[in-house]
Amino acid sequence: MRFGVLQFPGSCDDLDALAAARRVGEAELIWHARRDLGGAEAIVVPGGFSYGDYLRAGAIARFAPAMEAVIEFARAGGLVLGICNGFQVLCEARLLPGALLGNVNLRFTSRQVRLEVLDTGTAFTGACTPGASLSIPAKHSWGRYYADEPTLDALEARGQVLLRYAPGENFNGSLRDIAGVRNERGNVFGLMPHPEHAVDELLGGSADGLRIFESMRLAAEGALA
Amino acid sequence: MSAAALELPSVEDALALGLTRAEYELVCEKQGRAPNQVELAMYSLLWSEHCAYKHSKKLLRTLPTEGRHVVMGPGENAGAVDVGGGLVCAFKVESHNHPSAVEPFQGAATGVGGILRDIFAIGARPIAVLDSLRFGEPGPAGGAGGSAQAGGAGTRARYLLDGAVAGIGHYGNSIGVPTVGGEVYFEAPYEHNCLVNAMALGLAPRERLVRSAAAGPGNALVLFGASTGRDGIGGASVLASAELDHDEQGAAAKRPTVQVGDPFEEKKLMECSLELLERGLIVSLQDLGAAGLTSSACEMASKGAVGIDLDVAAVPLREPDMQPFEIMVSESQERMLCVVEPADLDAVLALCAKWEVGGAAIGSVTDTGRMRVFADGELVGDMPVSALVDDCPLYDLRPEKPARPVYGAPAATAGVTIASAPRAILLALLSSPNLSSRRPLYEQYDSIVQSRTVRRPEQADAAVLALPDGGALAVSIDCNARRVAADPARGTIAAVLECAANLACVGAEPLGTTNNLNFGNPEKPHIAWQLTEAVRGLGEACRALQAPIVGGNVSLYNEGATGPIYPTPVIGMVGRLPDARRAGRLGFARAGDRIALAGPFSPTLPAGELAKLLGWELPDGLPELDLAAVAAAQAAVRGAVREGLLASAHDIAEGGLAVALAECCLAGGLGARVELGAEFWAAIPPVVPGPSGAPGAPGPELLAGALFGEAPGGFVLSGPAEALERLAESVPLLAIGEVGGAGLEIATGAQPIAATLDELAGAHGALAGLFG
Amino acid sequence: MRARVLIRPKAGILDPQGEAVQRALPALGFAGVSDVRVGRLVELDVEDPGQLESMCEKLLANPLVEDYEVVLEGSSGGG
Repeated sequence: MRFGVLQFPGSCDDLDALAAARRVGEAELIWHARRDLGGAEAIVVPGGFSYGDYLRAGAIARFAPAMEAVIEFARAGGLVLGICNGFQVLCEARLLPGALLGNVNLRFTSRQVRLEVLDTGTAFTGACTPGASLSIPAKHSWGRYYADEPTLDALEARGQVLLRYAPGENFNGSLRDIAGVRNERGNVFGLMPHPEHAVDELLGGSADGLRIFESMRLAAEGALA
Repeated sequence: MSAAALELPSVEDALALGLTRAEYELVCEKQGRAPNQVELAMYSLLWSEHCAYKHSKKLLRTLPTEGRHVVMGPGENAGAVDVGGGLVCAFKVESHNHPSAVEPFQGAATGVGGILRDIFAIGARPIAVLDSLRFGEPGPAGGAGGSAQAGGAGTRARYLLDGAVAGIGHYGNSIGVPTVGGEVYFEAPYEHNCLVNAMALGLAPRERLVRSAAAGPGNALVLFGASTGRDGIGGASVLASAELDHDEQGAAAKRPTVQVGDPFEEKKLMECSLELLERGLIVSLQDLGAAGLTSSACEMASKGAVGIDLDVAAVPLREPDMQPFEIMVSESQERMLCVVEPADLDAVLALCAKWEVGGAAIGSVTDTGRMRVFADGELVGDMPVSALVDDCPLYDLRPEKPARPVYGAPAATAGVTIASAPRAILLALLSSPNLSSRRPLYEQYDSIVQSRTVRRPEQADAAVLALPDGGALAVSIDCNARRVAADPARGTIAAVLECAANLACVGAEPLGTTNNLNFGNPEKPHIAWQLTEAVRGLGEACRALQAPIVGGNVSLYNEGATGPIYPTPVIGMVGRLPDARRAGRLGFARAGDRIALAGPFSPTLPAGELAKLLGWELPDGLPELDLAAVAAAQAAVRGAVREGLLASAHDIAEGGLAVALAECCLAGGLGARVELGAEFWAAIPPVVPGPSGAPGAPGPELLAGALFGEAPGGFVLSGPAEALERLAESVPLLAIGEVGGAGLEIATGAQPIAATLDELAGAHGALAGLFG
Repeated sequence: MRARVLIRPKAGILDPQGEAVQRALPALGFAGVSDVRVGRLVELDVEDPGQLESMCEKLLANPLVEDYEVVLEGSSGGG
């Protein structure tokens, strides 16, 4: 199982995502100017401030050559995980529905949050325990999930909302407490909190985030088998 | 020379640029003629306090700078200590006070950018930022924050705090370097002169460190990074070294000279610089900070004992029609200067192109010993490097202890008196701006990026960062300047001890120290006395702890219309612990653990936080302290944490024992039952007027002194009874209670304290109101 | 040709920045202010103004959450 972790100028959590992926499989960085994904079996679009987040978070990264390859890869059914800035990039690329707006508190906010897993039968949550919550840090200025009401209704009806902020944890003002959504097909997933920063008890006291990466490994290997 | 350059500036111009008449005459003597505009601009910057340290250099020479861990000492862009495993840690603290007073967001952001460049300029990858902030009193929580114009008590302090915190977060978060710690104090003397100090740490393989000395005549000088504009022209001289012109119009008028930071550009610049070093393509490297190209080029030439020719026409510009002197003094951010062998020039420029940073060969190293500035081939400035860098006159201070108090008594704000119930005093202290939780600040910082942060803010007394070999770095930044104001030498010693105590609580031994001396006008005898005394204390404490000074910065003339700031020698200390998994925590961890008060602890109220809330005047001097005994207690606590004997360790600082206990409860989410019995009252020396009654029935002053008095040396520890008994063999230790229950209960022999965790948390959360 | 693109949050989308400004103005003594929206301004020189619409749709704005308005220099909407 080989992960590819995209690296844009301005990516910050790229090496963290790389290290997290390496806990469950092989992983390599993919520089933004590349047009191929080097045979990666799953893609992580990491957090940070791609291209300085100028204009709008994720707006410029979405047009990087490597992102064109990711869009192709996703259309072919490949697993794509977007974390924080990566989630913003996937929304800008229309691989995921909705958009991320400025936090209601108008500030960059960094906080350990509790997340409810709504479906443990997906490629991104298969290794999570049903009914259990995850403790994962979130840190961003633009994390307020927005989609119009009919879209939100449809997302919920189709089970595309995989993660919700637990009561009292939604500091950014995301509609319906949405922390992470998948696409309709189920192979693309984005979330604002950072699972790659919750993979080692030594660094922050939770390894819950590892389950997201473990889920992807299980799904990819199941698909290969 | 061109006609323009030959229109010589007058002595009045020199005075306006900050030189004295005598200094101007010395410049003429060094030049053998009157300087032209380019030359005068360069001399005025390099001979400013900010660049030449002309009032502090002699004092700084008295500080200890050598030790077994020191790899690079003062004089380079940053100091560095060996942390084992072939790695060194580079670190430094620097001020950006005056720019932040003019425009707090950009001032603080570019302060962070500047200190990060200092770190990667010596070849280290930045791994952490800390900040040390001082503002005036913030006024009542929940007031109209966010705008300087809204008026009202504390409005300006809140505006500056809000902007500075946002600026620090903006830069650090965006560049992917965690902000892992810091401190902020609110005191009236900072109302007209805030302090924004930033510290950064970096890691590098030992052999990758690079110095800034230019070498090899014929080698090329390459400027890379952002283009050059008119940002911050005259900043170093006009902004950084003159007393702030306080009225709002003055500040507004100065806004155009503020530099604007671009963390995205710096991120690319950092990656480019580190890759240039990794590939061995450059001879030496220097960042551009205050005084821009002037300072960088001259410093590089001076350290290498060479000359430099450079042509301003080769400098990529952001604005048209810039004069040669403007290009030489511009403080545009995110720029670096390096020396390159001619054969490597193309490779260097190609790497700049890969990282999308501009790169241009702007000159060359010569053997002339002269700094020569050309404009499209025409000579527009020609100066001896030694005159620019070494010949600025150094001034002797005329220290004189002030006969009268320098600072008025703080305004009483507590709503409590010394005779109030201890519970009311405790809640008042916890909710005071200086002691309340920093969560509303540190939540604006990414403290975990780079996956190294073992202890985040408010989890332990020091930030802890994992090293690849299983050990960890610990870092703390501190200065209680009210204590320094009361007694510059002992107050500074206390600040150094506080940093070392923080390190001890996570199990770390100091490796080295950095400092930023923020003081008023050193030409005034009482400020000179503060500075002299503080540096004496700094040296004494660093020697005692074997924590030598490896670098630092000086910021003088911090005065406004109402007088000088408190003398504020901000101390940053870096240490190492052998096992990251055993890093200490401050919060109580297990119900049933015993609680102990450890260390030589003689608390006093004067100069403390409660004294401030009560409006007491600062005392003239602090009690004598036994440096060796405090150092020994720190070593014992450090040893116990390293052995994994303790469940928690927290040093007693502002607000004394009761506040420390409350902080341990809040950080651990557990209550505590504490009893201060006869043994306690016998052990705590009666340093305030004693009780009139018999032992066991302390009067209000003694009770408050014991509960809320402050002094270096005390720790609140928790752990199994056997572990604490063992520790009692090596340090004075008193069992005072047990972890558990729904709140903090302290039996005192007189009025007890009882507060639920919710009540404590409610008081401690008061700072949130300032960010309304 | 010089063009300005004015980008603002779509009607009905919560605009915390606008709300913060609206709360701050009365505190400074400016009464009678309502419905504040904070957006962005992009100024650019373009050879073919006909491409501006497409630029906005693809990059300059996010049509899901933002409205945009193109103003060409010299046209009546300028100023």
